[in-house]
Amino acid sequence: MDIQLKRGILDVCLLAAIKDEDSYGYKIIKDMKPYTEMSESTLYTILKRLETAKMLTVRTAEHNGRLRKYYHITKAGLERIEEFKNEWREVMSIYQFITKEDSKNA
Amino acid sequence: MLKQEFLDKLRADLVGLPKQELEERLAFYSEMIDDRIEDGLSEEDAVAGVGSVDEISAQIISDIPFAKIAKERIKPKRRMKAWEIVLLILGSPIWLSLAVAAFVVILSLYVVLWSLIVSVWAIFAALAASALGVAFAGIVFAIFDNALVGVAMIGAAIVCAGLAIFMFFGCHEATKGIILLTKKLALGVKKCFVRKEKAE
Repeated sequence: MDIQLKRGILDVCLLAAIKDEDSYGYKIIKDMKPYTEMSESTLYTILKRLETAKMLTVRTAEHNGRLRKYYHITKAGLERIEEFKNEWREVMSIYQFITKEDSKNA
Repeated sequence: MLKQEFLDKLRADLVGLPKQELEERLAFYSEMIDDRIEDGLSEEDAVAGVGSVDEISAQIISDIPFAKIAKERIKPKRRMKAWEIVLLILGSPIWLSLAVAAFVVILSLYVVLWSLIVSVWAIFAALAASALGVAFAGIVFAIFDNALVGVAMIGAAIVCAGLAIFMFFGCHEATKGIILLTKKLALGVKKCFVRKEKAE
């Protein structure tokens, strides 16, 4: 997939993974696995980017005697998901335009 | 590989990163390994699941802008003493010119590399242009003047065209190679900066 396109989608994917409840790194990767594979380094980069963009906040909590970072979606993050859904409708209508010729030929 | 060994190796590879950034990244991977173990994996499998140290450090280093790495390197670890500053300034005609010379040498090597590429592309362009030109002239010759010379010229044009096609693929590959080399070089320079402190 085109790198730019994939990057934008992965951002929203990650936001969706923490939308309903706060989550942590390993759980995010596991939750996303059925849909898309993501390496730890990629996850880290995206988490940082979203944190800088204030779409999520980070808190450190103790878990089984060690520290674990939990990620919490912000209002801006939720808005980004909605925005993406609207953008995607546009993309889908462009997709239909692109594949219009194919269906005629089929 | 066990967790501590993995983290130690990663730390050694990334030791030149800004301190806070380094600790944050190590904590992240440590948490990832612990969560895998908690999920039922053996320590070795958990570490293997995170990926190889070399791959991870290469990706991290290429992610970080060069300016950030350089800044961290240049930042002195302790306050410089007055005499050190004086020496640094007095010595600047020597060390500064040496540094500039070294930089320019490297730069010129790089320019030489690219001019090689430009020259092979020029050969390609010359071959393609002469193929077209000679073919045209050959046709004109064949019709209005000596047919034999005309045919010979068209033949020569076809040879040029063939060579040009060969050259095109060669040039294309060479250019791709140089671009790849540039990227590797940039990563290499960054790696040097990040790892340097280990030797000191």
